[in-house]
Amino acid sequence: MRGWRLEPRTSVTPAFSAAVSAASIMLALVLGGVIMAAMGVNPFRAYYEILRGALGSSYGFSETLVKSIPLTMTGLACLLAFRMTIWNIGAEGQLVMGALASAAFVRYGSAGGAAGMFFGMFAASVLAGGLWGLIPGFLKGRWNVNEIIATLMLNYIALSLMDLLLYGAWKDPASMGFPMTPPFPPEARFLTFGRTRLHGGLAMALAMTAAAWFVIRKTRWGFEIRVIGENKRAAGYAGMNVMRNTALVMFVSGAIAGLCGMSEVAGLHGRLSRGFSVGYGFTGVIVAWLSGLNPLALPFVAFLMGILLVGGDTLQVVMTLPLSSVQVLQGLILFCVLGGEVFRRRRLRPSRAAPGTGEH
Amino acid sequence: MRTGHSPPLVSMSGVDKIFFGMYANKGVDFDLESGEVHALLGENGAGKTTLMNILAGIYSPDAGTIYAGGREVSFRSPRDAISAGIGMVHQHFMLAPVLTVWENMILGQDGVPFVLDRRRTVSQIKELSERYALSVDPEARVTSLSIGEQQRVEILKMLYRGTKVLILDEPTSVLTPQEARDFFAAVRMMTAAGHGIVLISHKIDEILSAAGRMTVLRRGERVGTIAARDADKETLAEMMVGRALRHFPKRRAEAPGPPVLSCRGINLKGGGDSKPLSDVTFELREKEILGVAGVAGNSQGELCEVLAGIRRADSGEMILRERSVAGLGAREFIELGISYIPIDRKGVGLVPNMNLCENVALKRYWRKPAAYGKVLIDWEYIAALTGELVGSYGVQTLSLESPVRLLSGGNLQKLMLARELSGSPSVILAMHPVWGLDVGAAEFVHERLTEERDRGAGVLLVSEDLDELLDMSDRIMVMSRGRIMGVIERPDAVSKEWIGLMMAGVPAEKAV
Amino acid sequence: MDVLIPMMAAAIRSGTPVLYAVLGEILAERSGVMNLGLEGVMLVGAFAGFSVTQSAGDPYLGLAAAFCAGALLTSVHAFLCITFGGNQVVSGLALSMLGGGMSAMMGRGHIGETINGLMPFKFPILGDIPLIGPVFFSHDAMVYASYLLTAFLCFFIFRTRPGMNLRAVGENPRAADAMGISVSRVRYTFTLIGGGLSGAAGGYLSVVYTQMWVEGMTAGRGWIAIALVIFGIWRPLRAMFGCYLFGGVYALQMRMQAAGTSIPAPMLLMLPYLMTLAVLTFISVRKGRGMLPGAPASLGNPFRREERE
Repeated sequence: MRGWRLEPRTSVTPAFSAAVSAASIMLALVLGGVIMAAMGVNPFRAYYEILRGALGSSYGFSETLVKSIPLTMTGLACLLAFRMTIWNIGAEGQLVMGALASAAFVRYGSAGGAAGMFFGMFAASVLAGGLWGLIPGFLKGRWNVNEIIATLMLNYIALSLMDLLLYGAWKDPASMGFPMTPPFPPEARFLTFGRTRLHGGLAMALAMTAAAWFVIRKTRWGFEIRVIGENKRAAGYAGMNVMRNTALVMFVSGAIAGLCGMSEVAGLHGRLSRGFSVGYGFTGVIVAWLSGLNPLALPFVAFLMGILLVGGDTLQVVMTLPLSSVQVLQGLILFCVLGGEVFRRRRLRPSRAAPGTGEH
Repeated sequence: MRTGHSPPLVSMSGVDKIFFGMYANKGVDFDLESGEVHALLGENGAGKTTLMNILAGIYSPDAGTIYAGGREVSFRSPRDAISAGIGMVHQHFMLAPVLTVWENMILGQDGVPFVLDRRRTVSQIKELSERYALSVDPEARVTSLSIGEQQRVEILKMLYRGTKVLILDEPTSVLTPQEARDFFAAVRMMTAAGHGIVLISHKIDEILSAAGRMTVLRRGERVGTIAARDADKETLAEMMVGRALRHFPKRRAEAPGPPVLSCRGINLKGGGDSKPLSDVTFELREKEILGVAGVAGNSQGELCEVLAGIRRADSGEMILRERSVAGLGAREFIELGISYIPIDRKGVGLVPNMNLCENVALKRYWRKPAAYGKVLIDWEYIAALTGELVGSYGVQTLSLESPVRLLSGGNLQKLMLARELSGSPSVILAMHPVWGLDVGAAEFVHERLTEERDRGAGVLLVSEDLDELLDMSDRIMVMSRGRIMGVIERPDAVSKEWIGLMMAGVPAEKAV
Repeated sequence: MDVLIPMMAAAIRSGTPVLYAVLGEILAERSGVMNLGLEGVMLVGAFAGFSVTQSAGDPYLGLAAAFCAGALLTSVHAFLCITFGGNQVVSGLALSMLGGGMSAMMGRGHIGETINGLMPFKFPILGDIPLIGPVFFSHDAMVYASYLLTAFLCFFIFRTRPGMNLRAVGENPRAADAMGISVSRVRYTFTLIGGGLSGAAGGYLSVVYTQMWVEGMTAGRGWIAIALVIFGIWRPLRAMFGCYLFGGVYALQMRMQAAGTSIPAPMLLMLPYLMTLAVLTFISVRKGRGMLPGAPASLGNPFRREERE
């Protein structure tokens, strides 16, 4: 006997595909539970606390929505680049640059009223985030510089730039040593919904999702992105400019992440502070991949990840588990979803028992 | 069956192989004696290579038994097959390009010492290559060898491992007629030394002169096995195709028109010091099929890419209908009516994971009427057009929405042809357009190209199959190492030998 | 001289942890498997090394544990990429998240604790050579072992049978398979050894270099290692040179911080990352001009025998 082997399958139904995704996430949660149990934590209680924290109250629910705003945006940033098989792992740095630019506009810009302030911050963060994406995009397009490493290095550089300003020129004298800017003036803040922390960034995220869907499905540029992502040589054959599109997609991807930075500082925190992003750029990678690179599925996946993040905060408080346990779960989910994809493309079959083997 | 002999070197009986629920081989029997050349004939897709991949241990059969040296065997890998004395030379060579010849030779072999012994291996190879007249430099890197040399390395590799059975998959398709002659001389030396050789081919002529027996496969099943002395061309062709061949008459162009595309002194530099195209000068006329003959890997692909605007020549003039087009990009070339059918359907010409409509859109999504304005694509228009093209070219598909990777080779080619020929192109660049197609599909492609020629297009037909070119072309241009060796104005008036010499790099004037 | 010699010695010491990871990744990538999870693997290795050294009191045992932990974590990646044919980029990212998270989770109670790790000693005879002695032979055993390992790998990859198999599998797995080499066995072997070496690299950081546990202590060295593999064009000796160059930047940056320059610390911390970006661009430009060989041809592509593309 040779055991089992994986054989290609030709087609899958959407229901089967969804079942595979669900099973993958379940498996990840089970594995996470095993790890927690090994560390002396009751996994059932931990999962219960996560759900209770994230969905058990209207406050928790609104907090989950609050987290899904940046996750949707960074997810979209990654999705767009991944669609072209460009591995933009730099959403974190692009987000930080967007936030820095917004804060800079608040600090140095002069714009009349809330609308002027909004557009000024908007433009600043689009440009800064876009530039942070354009650099690796240009290097990739022109000289085929590995974009994974380039975007990652730019993450570290962006974080250092932020430190430079927050520990230096931009530090709030009233912050008692904490690395943060003074609070933004009211005209630089988004509207919030009721008494929750839910803010106007939600509308931005949803509008961006719809726009991404429209661009990818309906426009010439979206078609080019998809063709380039699937088959670069076919793209060149059809006269598409792969180099220019690589730079452009990275600019747009960076700009989306940049806007995410703006939405976080203007919508949620009201100031730029160190650690305002808890790895949203990296979680965006998972969100994009889990959505199957489908913009319409993306906000729902972002919400699921939001549950995990809010629940992670609860775990920290209630069970004194470190925030890194969320990172473990995220890594496991990504692994399991990747493993699950195999079953979308292949089926597991018992291989035929070998006939007589030469040696009698 | 011959009786009273020692058992055959190998025999297979009742072999099945199933891919995607379809039989690639069904109940096939095959055997090989020592000292004979047994040809395996069949159309593309008949299951010849699959059957031999099973014998060589690359695929495992779904049913059936294999005997080697009189014992039942079950190969789990090519290694098992090689140690049972069975080796295969594939159509796409199995060589590691950055390794040297001698390293490739001992790769994976049993008994290689931990620290490699270069000197000993090299001298062994030299000895072997002299014995079988297969000359090759053992210390060269495989990347620097010509295709013919690489083939010799492959054969030597198997001999070096002491295989008694050599399976050669379409060995002459990459050789000039002269190289093919040398190749068959080496084959005779091997059979004289007691090796058994399986020759996979679809070229009936060369089989008839080289093989002792021949087995014909059709749609995965064995049609029959006959001895060479009982065989003739017509019977074999009928066995392969399942019906008498329809020889569609050669229709020459009545009167070629003025030049539609002229190239003068085109040079293309590659990576490092390589120069894929040097001083390429020729004219393609309206209403003609200009064949491009040459052994694989002599820059035919680069020529097509330059002519399609995908690669930019470093120097030279290109004139399309009195307009200089050198320096324009692929998009402008498409708009000027140059169609290109690349050899690599799934890698270049089509996007396998996209559906039929999207693949039809590939060459027109930015132009009216497929695009609204500068931003949007009119998918309804494209769906209607795709439906129309699929109907008129007879593309078999479940739906217009299914990804094209699910289409068979013939249907892929029909779809690409439909897209490239729609819109009355003035120039058609067709590279190996019938490669991998069965006879019916190949005939369809040839007829469509001839119709386009008669309509007024200039067709550049690149092929490694000289017979195909002689059948189809009004004129033939011969390429070797990126140069044009000459243009044959009347292909039916010259000998194949002469074209072969030009393919090997002898200029037309000297080849006479 | 008084400044230069300690600087160069420090460059070697700070380059060594990256070197182990780079050598490991060279082996994995030469077999065709890219492991982007080095950062996570190094962190897990660092914690395993710290923890075993702390409890067993033997730094060598700690380093061995770091190696094993690295190989163990990498086995998940190997399984997904080799057996399942999954996307190596995504799997590598998942690995770096998992590794980072797990090391932080396990190490949460130990942050800042110190251990008695490996100590430097002057190498007999060689250590007395002027200039060369103080720069190259005034370190700990792991540095000396890294010299040997680099030399051995140069020999191993290009002059031995398993090394040849490794190159063949990375360049043309189909050909290697046809010649009877088990592609998945070669890939598993070298991916796991690669993971082990990355784990040991992390172990060096905690057991030798800092002799303590700090969350996220690799600070991007795993990613820099991947860039250095490209810089080294998959050759151990060239990669070693790259690692010492980076060690030099680290050493310079630390020295300047210690000397109290007016340049703010974040600017100095940026240096290694900026330099990685610059070096990567430089190498890619040269590669684009055909002046340097490219990556192993099958890098990133899963292999399946019975699949026809």
